[in-house]
Amino acid sequence: MTLAFDLLLALSLLWSAWRTLTTPRLDRAIVLFIAFGLLMTLAWARLSAPDIGLAEAAIGAGLTGALLLDAYGVLRRRRAES
Amino acid sequence: MRRLSVIALALAFVALLIGAMLELGPAAVDLRGPVAAHLVQSGVSHTVTAVLLNYRGYDTLLEIAVLLLALLAILAALGDMPDSPTRAAHPVLQTLARLAAPLMIVVAVYLLWAGAFRPGGAFQAGAVLAAAGVLLHLVGLIPGWSLPRLRLRIGLAAGFVVFLTVAALLLMQGALLKYPPDMAGGLILLIESGLTISLALILAGLFLFLSQEEGGS
Repeated sequence: MTLAFDLLLALSLLWSAWRTLTTPRLDRAIVLFIAFGLLMTLAWARLSAPDIGLAEAAIGAGLTGALLLDAYGVLRRRRAES
Repeated sequence: MRRLSVIALALAFVALLIGAMLELGPAAVDLRGPVAAHLVQSGVSHTVTAVLLNYRGYDTLLEIAVLLLALLAILAALGDMPDSPTRAAHPVLQTLARLAAPLMIVVAVYLLWAGAFRPGGAFQAGAVLAAAGVLLHLVGLIPGWSLPRLRLRIGLAAGFVVFLTVAALLLMQGALLKYPPDMAGGLILLIESGLTISLALILAGLFLFLSQEEGGS
């Protein structure tokens, strides 16, 4: 059971990382990046490192995701203005 | 054809990497024993916190210095920004953020306290506090920051200053960040409290200073 979960987690990590890099749309890439961060949190928890998991969730997925979305918003406004 | 050869090369490289990983021997130095043996003198009972703040305290000291430097660089690059009005989000979102923020503060204090004996600590607590700040800013309850005033400057630097002061005082006894065993717990808690406040302000600042540009987010 746990082995199946770990395999699924590893596969979805690789898949979301690949999709983040290859998707042509920026907004989708950012959302995928946040999803990747949350999956990474699960992976750290499974590796019995909840410390890193917490930091990853708060900084990797949360703050970085918010910064990227903010930057995307600015880019879109700039494009709309020009 | 060319695509196929690239894929074949990439696969061969992956196979080589996996082979190299499998060839890796056990770590040359096993530090788990010494860490566990000196845990009683470290002032905390969680190994990660003991390593981060006692055995390798100067790593953490340099980490907070690097974060502070990053924020200073951002401030220097931004220059003087005019204040921009914040846009209020939907009332439901605002209410949710209002409800979540106190809980996040409680969680942060718990994480700080729990760091001494279970997973947690200053970095996690600071990150949760910073996330609360970003959340409140995104729903329009607190404005973005422009130029840091004196109180904010003190808060940003407090963690580093406290850490450095403790390090300097201990240096007079002979070694950098070598806590006396009976005071270690208190000193670590003091340093971690300062670190939490500064980390929260620095991480939130990374967002709140930057979002001030181009009329807020």
